[in-house]
Amino acid sequence: MASKAVTALAGLLASREDKILAAWLSTLAGATADGRISRTEIETQARDFLRALRESMSGGDTSSTGSARLRDMLSSISRSRALLGFSPSETATFVFSLKLPLFEEIRAAHGSDGEALARDTWTLTELLDQLGLHTIEVFQKSREEIIQRQQDEISELSTPVVKLWNGILALPLIGTLDSARTQVVMENLLQSIVDNGAEIAIIDITGVPTVDTLVAQHLLKTVAAARLMGADCIVSGIRPQIAQTMVHLGVELNVVSKASLADAFALALTRIGRTVVPIRSGGSGQPRSTGAYPGALT
Amino acid sequence: MSTVTSEVLAIRTGDDVVRVRQGVRTAASKAGLSLVDQTKIITAASELARNTLDYGGGGTARIELVQEPMRRGVRIIFEDQGPGIPDVEQALSDGFTTGRGLGLGLGGSKRLCNEFRIETEAGKGTRVTIARWR
Repeated sequence: MASKAVTALAGLLASREDKILAAWLSTLAGATADGRISRTEIETQARDFLRALRESMSGGDTSSTGSARLRDMLSSISRSRALLGFSPSETATFVFSLKLPLFEEIRAAHGSDGEALARDTWTLTELLDQLGLHTIEVFQKSREEIIQRQQDEISELSTPVVKLWNGILALPLIGTLDSARTQVVMENLLQSIVDNGAEIAIIDITGVPTVDTLVAQHLLKTVAAARLMGADCIVSGIRPQIAQTMVHLGVELNVVSKASLADAFALALTRIGRTVVPIRSGGSGQPRSTGAYPGALT
Repeated sequence: MSTVTSEVLAIRTGDDVVRVRQGVRTAASKAGLSLVDQTKIITAASELARNTLDYGGGGTARIELVQEPMRRGVRIIFEDQGPGIPDVEQALSDGFTTGRGLGLGLGGSKRLCNEFRIETEAGKGTRVTIARWR
């Protein structure tokens, strides 16, 4: 393809840019209907894109993928659409919908010169198709980045270490306990044991749907590591069906366990020499000194 | 004997093991298994799916919801084209493992199911069939 023809085409586009933009914007109007993106934003994007497209062509860029600037611009548009929750086809339509207004203008310009019309139509189709595919590729990549980030966030969020009392930590586990999660869990727990000088860690598995041998092995490793740090572990939240299954499986946890987190907490308080007592009715409202209240913690 | 529904899942990654568990959970609750029985077959499926992945180099799990005149339940068939199990007797004994696990998976799965069958040939692969009835 001769670069001269492309430059001529760019000149043609420049002279009719306003008309093309107006026609393009009217086909894009549907995208703004649900308010995810503002009309001014889409107008700015369309105007900038059209200008970049023309500049890329008038620079004699004969490659079919457009200039780097053009592609960068599309990448950022595509990325922002992905974040706004647009579908891939909605995103790619931004580029493809430019075809109709463009083709109409070059048809009007070339009149009966069929050969020039066919040549320019092909040049533009090739370019816009490439740009459209680029949009989808970037879109896909952005979605993957979003998913990866969410996965990382979930794995961090789902392994909080909670301080229940001075010296007592709770680790409520939720979801699947695979090797990667166990690593995060263990690191969080061991660090918290050091930070809080904890004597007892309660590992609550109420939120773990299936306890198979791998999960059991991961639990045992976590317990063993906590022991080495000087903290005793209590496992809580073993539901009846899980208990039966573990017995049949032949897994022995060799660790103190309680049915509920409340029971485990009560045991932990006893171990550190605290107990929970009711406030005496009709009294001064002062907790008894042996009670496990903040006042009794000194 | 009739199979009501049947679903084949590929086991290629650790995430697929989770998918197998979810598939078995759905089938087991459709079959009307009690919560305890559901948990047992799900746990057994989890063990065997991981064995398929870790020792068989990946394979498939066929989850069947079975309806027979006298009984109703779930059957799962795990297949791989891995190295096979040289000594099934030894593999089934508790504490034996060629990997780094607890060595309880295979024997434990057998105890968790009503039906348990291993067909294996060195160099050809392994097929494990398990079932739990209502």
